[in-house]
Amino acid sequence: MEIKKTAMAGTLESSDIQIMLSQGSNGLEFDLVSDVAKQFGKAIQATITDVLNTYDIHDAKVKVVDKGALDMVVKARAITVVQRALDMADEPDWKVI
Amino acid sequence: MKNKVNREIPDEILASTGYKPFESVEYGHQVNQRVAPKVQATTGPNKVVESIDKIVEETVRDGMTISFHHHFREGDFVFNMVMRSIIDHGLKDLTLAPSSLTNVMNDIVVEAIEKGVVTNITSSGMRGSLGDVVSHGALKNPVIFRSHGGRARAIENGDIKIDVAFLGVPNADEMGNANGMNGETAFGSLGYALMDAQYANTLVLITDDLKPYPNTPASIKQTQVDYVVKVDKVGDPDKIGSGATRFTKDPKELQIAKMVNDVIIHSPYFKEGFSFQTGSGGAALAVTRFLRQAMLDNHITASFALGGITKPTIDLLEEGLVKKIMDVQDFDKGAAFSMKSNPNQQEIDASWYADPANKGAMVDKLDVAILSALEIDTKFNVNVMSGSDGVIRGAIGGHQDAATAKLTIISAPLVRGRIATIVPDVTTVITPGDSIDVVVTEIGLAINPKRTDLIEALSKVPGLPIYTIEELQERAQKIVGTPEPLQFTDRVVALAEYRDGTLIDVIKQVKD
Repeated sequence: MEIKKTAMAGTLESSDIQIMLSQGSNGLEFDLVSDVAKQFGKAIQATITDVLNTYDIHDAKVKVVDKGALDMVVKARAITVVQRALDMADEPDWKVI
Repeated sequence: MKNKVNREIPDEILASTGYKPFESVEYGHQVNQRVAPKVQATTGPNKVVESIDKIVEETVRDGMTISFHHHFREGDFVFNMVMRSIIDHGLKDLTLAPSSLTNVMNDIVVEAIEKGVVTNITSSGMRGSLGDVVSHGALKNPVIFRSHGGRARAIENGDIKIDVAFLGVPNADEMGNANGMNGETAFGSLGYALMDAQYANTLVLITDDLKPYPNTPASIKQTQVDYVVKVDKVGDPDKIGSGATRFTKDPKELQIAKMVNDVIIHSPYFKEGFSFQTGSGGAALAVTRFLRQAMLDNHITASFALGGITKPTIDLLEEGLVKKIMDVQDFDKGAAFSMKSNPNQQEIDASWYADPANKGAMVDKLDVAILSALEIDTKFNVNVMSGSDGVIRGAIGGHQDAATAKLTIISAPLVRGRIATIVPDVTTVITPGDSIDVVVTEIGLAINPKRTDLIEALSKVPGLPIYTIEELQERAQKIVGTPEPLQFTDRVVALAEYRDGTLIDVIKQVKD
């Protein structure tokens, strides 16, 4: 699916993750900042990629500032940012959730 | 070769340094020859010198070992003043041997490393930017980390030979009689600095408060002092110790503290005349509060409290629940300022506190120690030195020393953010699992399997959830996921000594 607008979800509180999603044309381009990047950087990217793929998004710029979020938080923020970027926050895709 | 905590110590390190690998937490009855400092006789009317520059010119030469204490903590001005002068004088190849390094010292040490002024460091620990550059290989030779007791031992037996000690004090007279307990910048016990005062070849006191002669009580004596330098200010009183300690409201810390308290009062050690050491973290302070109530309820008093002292422990002393405080350093103002008025708050030096190689240290008489950890592994080994990213960001402190207590409890949350505290293998072993008895987390505790007596005693306590350490580790991993292993190069950037002077682990350069 095509990203309609740049969207953001999450905060910079500890144990949260802030994800910004905007249009891209060159696959999924990650820009990830995290104190636990060495240990969990790949895991965070994989979780977000999974969510994006579920929504059939294959081209996007994904800016991530992680503050040590657990995997379920990463997933929740990823779903939220996608729904906002697709302009469907008011009618969430329950199948995906 | 692998040492007894299963850590690979490179053979070339053993060969080039002469270290023996860690074997056992038992020190036994070794006989050691101590060293003695060179003493230049002084007979003049006073020892006051007008500037640090003049002292540096007179006393410091290339290749020397210089030392400092860290009792001013984050409020220290002395370290920066002296190191500034040393760098500006273009000295080279110095060994820096402070009791520890606080954040306020980081920038100037980094500069000294970059300029080749400092090429060796031994310390209790380091953090922040300094830990970061050292972990990235900035220092020519590996740092040597020693516990407070280990440093005392190393000074006594000549492993650390201090050429010049620069000791900041809140007061001194013209001949060098000084203490840490009086004055605006008082920090209480001079415990760690007393080793330097006793063993340094040249001892320079730096103070902002010259007292009429003779200044008493004299923790550092004129018989030990070569020079006294008067400066404008030795430290920032607001940053020397934290202010009033607030009782934690964090439910996780309170839960841990309550469980630690349950472990203590149901252990065989909780009886009249017991002794304890707590740390300064939120949970540790809360333990002191719970312990107070338990002591009142059971009509039990403690013979002594040991270690780094905080106000809540002083309150126990003043209430009569603790008979003596054996004080090697003070973490907050309440503890620092009470020393001068509490005769039962005894200043002790680092050797008396924790040195395994003397004729008896306080930790040998210690019943209960409550300690913290960055990581604990399924062998009960504890890391207080390297962060989850492999970068140096901690200090041994008295951890290895106090852990020899009869009941050593590690209090730590199961996870911190996305970092598991209980792991299959710690990044760096600092305190061997052999000296750890109980690990308490917010979900429950694990008891070292070799302590069958504790397992039996604590299993009977209602509402105390007991797990195996493996179960706790799995619970933590289930929450945070499986981290990717850290990447290190082969280069050793730091050596961690056990308190007896053997090598317990090495820290390698991080790969970025």
